[in-house]
Amino acid sequence: MISGAEIMVKCLEAEGVSVVFGYPGAAICPFYDKIYDSGIKHILVRQEQNAAHAASGYARCSGRPGVCVATSGPGATNLITGIATAYTDSIPMIAITGQVRTDLLGRDVFQEADITGACEPFVKHSYLVNKTEDLPRVFKEAFHIASTGRQGPVLIDIPMDIQENEIEEFVYPEKVNIIGYKPNTKGHAIQIKRAIEAISKSKRPLIVAGGGVLSSGIKLKFQDFADKTKIPVISTMMGIGVMPSEHEMYLGMLGTHGKAVANRALHEADLVMVCGARLGDRAVAAPHQMSENTTVIHIDIDPAEIGKNVKTEIPIVGDMRNVMNMLIDSIGDFTVPQEWRETVKAWKKDLYKTPPVFDGFVEPRTLVGNLSAMFRSKAILVADVGQNQIWCANNFRIREGRFLTTGGMGTMGYSIPAAVGAKFARPTRDVIVICGDGSFQMSMNELATIAGNNLNIKIIIMRNSRLGMVRELQDKNYGGRHSATILQGDPDFLKIAEAYGIDHAEASSNEEAENIIKGIVKSDRPFILVCNVYPDTPSI
Amino acid sequence: MQYTLSILVENQAGVLSKISGLFSRRGFNIDSLAVGVTNDPNVSRITIVANGDEYVVEQLEKQLNKLIPVIKVKRLNDGDFISRELILIKVHCAAAKRAEIIKTVEIMQAKIVDVAQSCVTVEYCECANRVNTLIDLLKPYGIREIVRTGTVAIDRGTASVSV
Repeated sequence: MISGAEIMVKCLEAEGVSVVFGYPGAAICPFYDKIYDSGIKHILVRQEQNAAHAASGYARCSGRPGVCVATSGPGATNLITGIATAYTDSIPMIAITGQVRTDLLGRDVFQEADITGACEPFVKHSYLVNKTEDLPRVFKEAFHIASTGRQGPVLIDIPMDIQENEIEEFVYPEKVNIIGYKPNTKGHAIQIKRAIEAISKSKRPLIVAGGGVLSSGIKLKFQDFADKTKIPVISTMMGIGVMPSEHEMYLGMLGTHGKAVANRALHEADLVMVCGARLGDRAVAAPHQMSENTTVIHIDIDPAEIGKNVKTEIPIVGDMRNVMNMLIDSIGDFTVPQEWRETVKAWKKDLYKTPPVFDGFVEPRTLVGNLSAMFRSKAILVADVGQNQIWCANNFRIREGRFLTTGGMGTMGYSIPAAVGAKFARPTRDVIVICGDGSFQMSMNELATIAGNNLNIKIIIMRNSRLGMVRELQDKNYGGRHSATILQGDPDFLKIAEAYGIDHAEASSNEEAENIIKGIVKSDRPFILVCNVYPDTPSI
Repeated sequence: MQYTLSILVENQAGVLSKISGLFSRRGFNIDSLAVGVTNDPNVSRITIVANGDEYVVEQLEKQLNKLIPVIKVKRLNDGDFISRELILIKVHCAAAKRAEIIKTVEIMQAKIVDVAQSCVTVEYCECANRVNTLIDLLKPYGIREIVRTGTVAIDRGTASVSV
């Protein structure tokens, strides 16, 4: 005989899960009792939302679904923001929650919450398991759904008695058969042909690359395509890292907070090939501004994204991996007309400007710009949300590494827990966090997770004692009335670091900051660097 | 533009809330909704009548297709399908007016299914337009109560919506 809880552990093992992030509670105790003896590593976070963010960071760096676990009621509801964040950014994730016993369901007992109902808008799919026998099928389906098609979070809610009940034997299904879920991954040959024809005829083609290029694991092939055709590339926030920042044909991030040259390229292009991006309002605020004569090719795994935000002439539904291979096979020897290449090269010179320096402060954009060279080329930079996100998105010179941030939901407090997940997925890579003093305080409780596991994560706090991005908005649209954007009562972050036993330092100039960083890159211990930033430093 | 969607779904708990939630979440309005099991007991069919322009309908179809328990979504083409609603109307009916009401009900090919001292209950099964006509005709007598199902619809001829 085997219990539901043991089956849950065995299912995770069958899926090759080696680490889960979670927080226990009564309704998930049977599972915790079984994972205790298993080979799966459980990382105890300090609040459930961070378990979901850690699973997200893990998934993005490992290419496999991240797993987070919480108990019923508040444990489960705390996960929601993390699940929603993963949903908007299409991150594969399995969220496992305990639930009250099936005979008590719906009776508002202690720590009962309808979590499948509450998460409905934010999950790709969810299960409330009501038979122990169903567990293997549910896990198999959940991992399949989370990691195929347009990836996303799947929630499995498991009542306590379902975890306790025993069944005869455990058999993990080999195949899934979900009648209503057969994602189309192969691009349509005729549409590919039309796309190739349109590209061949274009004078000023442009690629807009999104997170889909990264999640499909086709980055290098994508770079080959761009190299071969010389088509210039701009990216969305989620697409940062598809090309090395210094690549001659890469013009940075587009959108309201992006690079002027990227937006200019979008405006002047006669053909735009959108690859694995949904083009949200921050990317293309006014889709009609894309010139009337621009031909749009849109490649996405999710048919619902095509034509949703931007009018599309050539839709290609499929996995970027398959479509990119087909495009490479049929593009022939097309290269971009010389004139457009020269234009792009001239623009590229304007990509990075040197911002003014304020005495006694760190200039964050310059610091971020120099950061990459100080770390190894595959470094993972995790940016939080706020001005720090824009500073990073526009200035970090990514090489072969990753840039992680929450693009769709813009969840403050993402960076530290996501970095924890990233570090577990890629223990040998440099992992750097950049956050503001606002976002740091949203998840600084995770310093315990970092210290407890001695995770080599370098945290840079851009301290301006402001909620800088909102403050900027207030300056622009609300007559400079700084309602609730001045951070009062902030703790001494160095003492916080000290309390957790984490090495730390403070910098008030770029030179000082860079010297400190150069001194710590080789260390295998976590580090917190507090950079004092001039409060009126703009985002862009 | 009014349109009719036929949706085949897996017959399991929570599917209806997933679908109705999708409508409210994305700001789409439902005019009517009807659910029932099909010849396959594992599959239910939902018929939704809703309003929106071409962009809205296309988005809706795509978003519905993304729901895992949704097996198939088909937009029924105007004029190519038969649709029915069932309505029960309780009409105020003074003795002097009874003959008039019976005549109206006969002309519309509806049926009186219950009679009391001061009212009659009329049953009618027709497309939404004809149902509305009957309501208009009976309104002057005083309608006490109406119960109406959502529209169910099926393709004309050999076309069908199946798994």
